[in-house]
Amino acid sequence: MSANKSKVAVNNSRRAFLSKTASTAGMITIAPGVLLHQVANAKPDDQPISEKVRWGMLIDTNKCEKGCTDCIDACNAEHSLTDNGRPESDTQYIRKVTLRDKSTGHELSLPLMCQHCETAPCVDVCPTGASFTRKDGIALVDKHICIGCRYCMMACPYKARSFVHEAVKNQTLSAPRGKGTVESCTMCVHRVDKGETPACVEACSKGMHDAMIFGDLNDPNSKISKSLAQYGGKQLRADLQLNTAVRYRGI
Amino acid sequence: MKKIEYSAIKGNSLGYYGLLGGLGLLMLIGLLAVWHMEHQGHWVTGMNNQIVWGMPHVFAVFLIVAASGALNVASVASVFRKEEYEPLARLSGLLAIALLAGGLVVLLLDLGRPDRLIVAMTYYNFKSIFAWNIILYTGFFAIVGIYIWFMMDHNMYKFKKTAGMAAFVWRLILTTGTGSIFGFLVARSAYDAALLAPMFIVMSFAFGLAIFILVLMASYHWSGRELGDEIVARLRNLLGVFIAAVLYFVAVYHLTNLYITEHHGFEKFILMEGGSYTKIFWIGQIILGGLIPLALVYAPGVKNCRKTLSLICALVILGGLATMYTVIIAGQAYPLQIFPGYEVTSSFFDGVVNDYTPSIYEIALGVGGVAVSLLIVAFVIKVLPFLPKSLADSK
Repeated sequence: MSANKSKVAVNNSRRAFLSKTASTAGMITIAPGVLLHQVANAKPDDQPISEKVRWGMLIDTNKCEKGCTDCIDACNAEHSLTDNGRPESDTQYIRKVTLRDKSTGHELSLPLMCQHCETAPCVDVCPTGASFTRKDGIALVDKHICIGCRYCMMACPYKARSFVHEAVKNQTLSAPRGKGTVESCTMCVHRVDKGETPACVEACSKGMHDAMIFGDLNDPNSKISKSLAQYGGKQLRADLQLNTAVRYRGI
Repeated sequence: MKKIEYSAIKGNSLGYYGLLGGLGLLMLIGLLAVWHMEHQGHWVTGMNNQIVWGMPHVFAVFLIVAASGALNVASVASVFRKEEYEPLARLSGLLAIALLAGGLVVLLLDLGRPDRLIVAMTYYNFKSIFAWNIILYTGFFAIVGIYIWFMMDHNMYKFKKTAGMAAFVWRLILTTGTGSIFGFLVARSAYDAALLAPMFIVMSFAFGLAIFILVLMASYHWSGRELGDEIVARLRNLLGVFIAAVLYFVAVYHLTNLYITEHHGFEKFILMEGGSYTKIFWIGQIILGGLIPLALVYAPGVKNCRKTLSLICALVILGGLATMYTVIIAGQAYPLQIFPGYEVTSSFFDGVVNDYTPSIYEIALGVGGVAVSLLIVAFVIKVLPFLPKSLADSK
């Protein structure tokens, strides 16, 4: 699969900002016959990830439609997550959770995925350091040193991780997976590094739901920060003080 | 005290080779199970994204916990200066190493990528209690190995007590580490408790001693050596104290949870409404693994009955496996409390008690690990002088 998949306009303010800073797209040759597309506004590969940025997501449960699976479908397609017909062991990066308030009967629905904690329990417990958090706050698994012990799955308070229980088919170049290792939402790091938004956010926006906002939590002028400042947002299991990058409104 | 003479067992009987063959066969079946699981992927097991640790971990953690407990007999001799236990110290050290090896084999072979053992040995995240455990296990082999060497080598015998003390301290840290694998998990209602570390230490005393007594009685019976009632009675009383201590810790753990409203849901699940998990807790862990063996230890009329003692030990081992099942499997079966106050449903089994049916492959792997441990003991006592020629009562 091409490294620069189709780019669909998503977050308008962010896209506008990015377009200002974007240089023209070019192509470089890295070896005879091998071409890499250099994407406008991408973080150059030789530049380290900056801790000045903290990527985050805000999910407005009031806008999240019950029964809608746009974000899940987009995520599955983006990472080539195949359905083996075994729901107990099949990987799910995002799932739709339906909540019913026991006292009032109020129902709501929301997408749940890796919360990209600042002090992530999965990172703490990983014996080899395969679970790690990038400086920009994205929690990932290094598939090369994951030994498949699943301790991170025991430790995650959000049940965000899946173990690859069987051989993977049709892998994408941008989101490699491996039988016997653990995986979870990558916040579409391959897209984010190119200046794009995660596939789920893009799909939610494309479906005219706009229940998900992606952006830099450290930038007070970003849409997500402004929205959080104005209307607020909650962390799941805030009692654990993990400082999650994914926030929810309406719960 | 009279001089103790050790010798290797003859080990040339049909029974001995039958034992080796049987254990070897179990080991082979375990390996075949591993080959199948690793080739197909873990979907062929009962484990899934809800119950991520299954039967292999029940066996592995049980064996690892029992390993440090098996060393207890040696520690009583060298650290607490009880000379009566001195003749048993070598076997105690050997059994400790063998049980740890069996447990680690199971743990390793259940990994998603067991081929990456070298990665596990070379990449360390020092904040991970799991990484610390890898160091603790390796250190345990080394320290107990040296301890056994000092016990067996006349030139080094003078350092035996120091080595024994080091091994004792190390085994306490090791089991603290094993308990903390669960104690350090904030995510789940069943864990996140400092009590788990000392509880695991006390459990190790009971499980390790039960296995030790069985191995001791079997090896003396089968090799035709004399094993006096005096030493057996001491071990039996010690086991009684340990069983009671385990019950005490389990009671404190649940009483604390019952006092804290946040944990009421979990306690209701374990103690009353958890179906098979509740049965395994009450029948397996508490009644068969605790109350009955405790009553039998102190029951009049069967004080010197070896068969009763074998039954007690077998029950403690069964109860140990039930305990590990409750801690590991039931602990995961209870749903994560991500949204307190809400009823939760999803495609990823949120908000439901998770079912677990162990596959034959996982059980075969676990039993294979037990076979590895026993095979090591059976082989080593044939080639090296681990057992005293006689453990008859002193006249």
